[in-house]
Amino acid sequence: MSENLRVKSSQYIDETTRVSFKFNGTTYYGFKGDTLASALLANNVHLVGRSFKYHRPRGIMTSGSEEPNAIVQINPNTNRTEPNVRATEVEIYEGMEASSQNCWPSVNFDIGGINNFLSPLLPAGFYYKTFMWPASFWEKYEYFIRHSAGLGKSPTLKDPDIYDHRNIHCDVLVVGAGISGILAAKNAAKNNYKTLLLDEKNELGGSTIYENNESNKIDNKISSEWLKKEIEELKNIKNLEMKTRTSVAAYHQYNYLLARENLTDHLEKKDKINKIRQRLLKIRAKKVILATGALERPMVFNNNDRPGIMLSSAIKKYSDFYGVACGRKIIFFTNNDSAYESAISLNDKGIKVEAVVDIRKQSETNLEKRVIDAGIKIYWEHTVVDTSGYKRLNNVSIMKLSNDGTSVTGNKISISCDCLGVAGGWTPAVHLYTQSGSKLAFDEDKKIFIPNKNNSDQISVGSCCGDFKLDEILKNLNEKLKDFLDINKTDFENITVKNDEEISKRNIWLLPSDKALGKTKPFVDYQNDATAKDIKLALREGFRSIEHVKRYTTTGMGTDQGKLGNMHALGIIADTAGVKMGELGTTTFRPPYTPLTFGTIVGRNVGKFFDIFRRTPMNDWHVEQKAEFENVGQWKRAWYYPIDGETMHQAVQRESKAARESSGILDASTLGKIDIQGSDASEFLNRVYTNAWSKLGIGKCRYGLMLNEDGMVYDDGVTTRLGENHYLMTTTTGGAANVLGKLEDYLQTEWPELDVYLTSVTDQFATASLCGPNSKKILKKIIPDLDLSDENFPHMSFKEAKIGSIVCRIMRISFTGEQSFEINVQASYGKALWEKCIEAGKEFNITPYGTETMHLLRAEKGFIIVGQDTDGTMTPIDLQMDWIVSKKKYDFIGKRSLNRSDTMREDRKQLVGLLTDDPKVVLEEGAQIVSELKKNPVEMLGHVTSSYFSPNLNKSIALAVVRGGKDMMGKKLFIPMEDKTINVTVSNPVFFDQTNERLNA
Amino acid sequence: MFVINCPYCGERDQQEFKAGGEAHIERPKQPTELSDDEWAEYLFMRKNIKGVQYERWNHAHGCRKWFNMIRDTSNDEIKAIYKMGEKPPSI
Repeated sequence: MSENLRVKSSQYIDETTRVSFKFNGTTYYGFKGDTLASALLANNVHLVGRSFKYHRPRGIMTSGSEEPNAIVQINPNTNRTEPNVRATEVEIYEGMEASSQNCWPSVNFDIGGINNFLSPLLPAGFYYKTFMWPASFWEKYEYFIRHSAGLGKSPTLKDPDIYDHRNIHCDVLVVGAGISGILAAKNAAKNNYKTLLLDEKNELGGSTIYENNESNKIDNKISSEWLKKEIEELKNIKNLEMKTRTSVAAYHQYNYLLARENLTDHLEKKDKINKIRQRLLKIRAKKVILATGALERPMVFNNNDRPGIMLSSAIKKYSDFYGVACGRKIIFFTNNDSAYESAISLNDKGIKVEAVVDIRKQSETNLEKRVIDAGIKIYWEHTVVDTSGYKRLNNVSIMKLSNDGTSVTGNKISISCDCLGVAGGWTPAVHLYTQSGSKLAFDEDKKIFIPNKNNSDQISVGSCCGDFKLDEILKNLNEKLKDFLDINKTDFENITVKNDEEISKRNIWLLPSDKALGKTKPFVDYQNDATAKDIKLALREGFRSIEHVKRYTTTGMGTDQGKLGNMHALGIIADTAGVKMGELGTTTFRPPYTPLTFGTIVGRNVGKFFDIFRRTPMNDWHVEQKAEFENVGQWKRAWYYPIDGETMHQAVQRESKAARESSGILDASTLGKIDIQGSDASEFLNRVYTNAWSKLGIGKCRYGLMLNEDGMVYDDGVTTRLGENHYLMTTTTGGAANVLGKLEDYLQTEWPELDVYLTSVTDQFATASLCGPNSKKILKKIIPDLDLSDENFPHMSFKEAKIGSIVCRIMRISFTGEQSFEINVQASYGKALWEKCIEAGKEFNITPYGTETMHLLRAEKGFIIVGQDTDGTMTPIDLQMDWIVSKKKYDFIGKRSLNRSDTMREDRKQLVGLLTDDPKVVLEEGAQIVSELKKNPVEMLGHVTSSYFSPNLNKSIALAVVRGGKDMMGKKLFIPMEDKTINVTVSNPVFFDQTNERLNA
Repeated sequence: MFVINCPYCGERDQQEFKAGGEAHIERPKQPTELSDDEWAEYLFMRKNIKGVQYERWNHAHGCRKWFNMIRDTSNDEIKAIYKMGEKPPSI
């Protein structure tokens, strides 16, 4: 069924362990250590996917994370499925399945392939231009466009794996374990720097580790042999931690880097269970050494995307590292020496190399001689003008290049082959470098961007800074390390390095063909199907900025982020527009370098740890009573307590009636509580609240309203004077943390002279609020010795008492309009207190009520809830709470703003009550209010902020903010809804017990 | 993410801190004496400089102290950190 293209046993592949896997439903075999790509190539499978726009057949292009074409879905339709995985990175294991993406019904016969024939109709910006009108049709177009596009399928089943985060601090972080990274890490660790070395591959050593070029020698050993000894020595060095299969995703400022460590993706299913799959490393390094290497460039020529066309360096790696031949008749196409090294290496292994096509002028070097000696024909000054073979390359046509490189001449030579290795030169991988905020410079000679101005304590070494030849790399590395690590010498100071001299490069960004550009398909971005034509079209249409051209043509916007093609795009723009590449700049390199799974990003913060909740000490009781809960801030608060299948409406009606007729009890532990002490505590409260505090007696409580400096209501609550210099402030549940922050800010920055100390005591106290006409009787049963008479313990006062030996603070304050007692005890006694109240209240039908009933009861009294009836644009005057704003105080936060012309406008939105003409109709909160129905467009006067059906009044009530509402008492307004219009009348916002008789009854 | 040298706790990650806007804007001692324009200047107008900026920061998940920072917003270099009430050091 399949063919075997293994050529030679490789030390990196375990040929004793055969691994079976499925690709697109067919079973294949590979060996332990193979990537999916190397195993497929060994079976002579090149066609692995379809391109995004034209659905052209595509094959494996590279051997690493820069792969644009060979992206697959791993384990489709299982709970471990993952889309957009690069076949060149994923390691095979027994039982693995993978499938092609972006093709239907199959990669061999893909309906979308019709787009290839329609391609003259699908230029850059086609979708923008075609589907612009009529605008309302976009939703219909979008369905079909989205359906025909798309890469892999996101998982729909629950992820069974565990993910983790780890913080690491180190002295030196080395990114990339090629020869430069290994020597850098070794020398750092040996000199007492705590060092971390990371590499995305599963083996250390980069491309040097499988180097077999006889001409590249260190201390008279082949470079790979020399490096292996160095790696062996790493194991015995203290201070050095090494991680493979670990890809650095992001490099932020201040040497903060994120890396993904892959722990189980290469293991069989049974070995993945209950292990951490991937770990996000959050690394803070004092110094960073980037040794990220370089990526080989393809070349841009007509039909340069067929399966079988690969990077020259990838072909070399597949043969030298994995022992796999990428074809039986291979041609190299090059503008530099790299392809010659690949050709020689392949020839040594008995793989047939047909020819080398070189765009440069002939020169006589050692490398050239060795290629000719191997019987390989070299075509100097030739270029590939076309290729053929729909699902697999079978032929290339070459022609002689003109002197200026812009056209071709002579006869077309046709060479049959099944694999073409392209070598367009090397691009330093500067992605992480620029992410850190460091700046690049363009080397016009080498045609590469290189590190220039570092933004933090870092260096770039090896080929990622533009050093490509071994002697140059090691010489510069030695000097840089000594300086960067502040050491006198390195341990490779005295090595001797020998390598070939390089022939000068010749760079042509867009190679000519015998056909007009319009008739060719020279791909720049393989994944997004952007061609050189598209880029030229964008320039003709007036795009100039590289960022705009990128977005218009989608060049570099695939999952590979244009690792291969971006330089060609820049080069073609520069050549076409007649500017220098250095002046053009680059597009922004954004993290992550390679895609991260969501699992890695969220780590352990899943399930119940996704968003943590705060629960009150009485929480277990509420749960036992089957209360429904509501989220308030971070708190879980009891919302209502349904009995016998009651709806929320039924439960709330019952609870609120009971609270007014006999007794109710509310868990008020979540209210923010701030303990305020110090000799200037009274003065401090005077400055932060709108009303006066100096004359509040010890043991008394007062309601306070807090503004922002802009005069808008910020928070409210009752504060109790516990002693001469001691207050207990309560805040809203959601506002507690912000109020404390704001008070601390003023104390530390504006009024440091005040002697005031603030302590949050929200968590230290549990609070049960007893309310209703029988609340006093219940409290009397619990604390018989406490005198509860109105004379001794009037409304708005405080007593400290004991229940048994438990000290409690009791405030007689009310948010419901009924007599109420808020009993505070140390948090650990909260549940005991609550149960005691329930027990004592049984004979009075004590009814626990939740936040919904609390809201209803306070709305009956017209009490506001900050954040519901206010929204940061309401002053106390707007709320008709003028009574709480002191006229006598010289200053308080927000006072001056209440006299601004805007806050004094009469037509501001003001808080009013609304009564529906039909008392059974309950308004929707948020509904808009208008005064006339015929006008178009109609003026919105405001909206409903709180609305309930009141069981105690037996009618619907609502609070609303209405423009100029203060002067509208009794006026008829309208609330237009989708199906009807509701007639309402403006009323006093206090609906129940307007004279507060019940507080003292 | 920055590393911030809290004057009370030492070097900590930025995630422990809260930014508090432009520094050295003192709340007027006598707000009622100010015109609407003068009050609005204090209330609303803040600089947003590309370059060296004086800022307030709070060690919210640490000692909760406020302090001042001089930061170059173009490259996020922290040039100096000093306590509330202190004069900015020359940079």
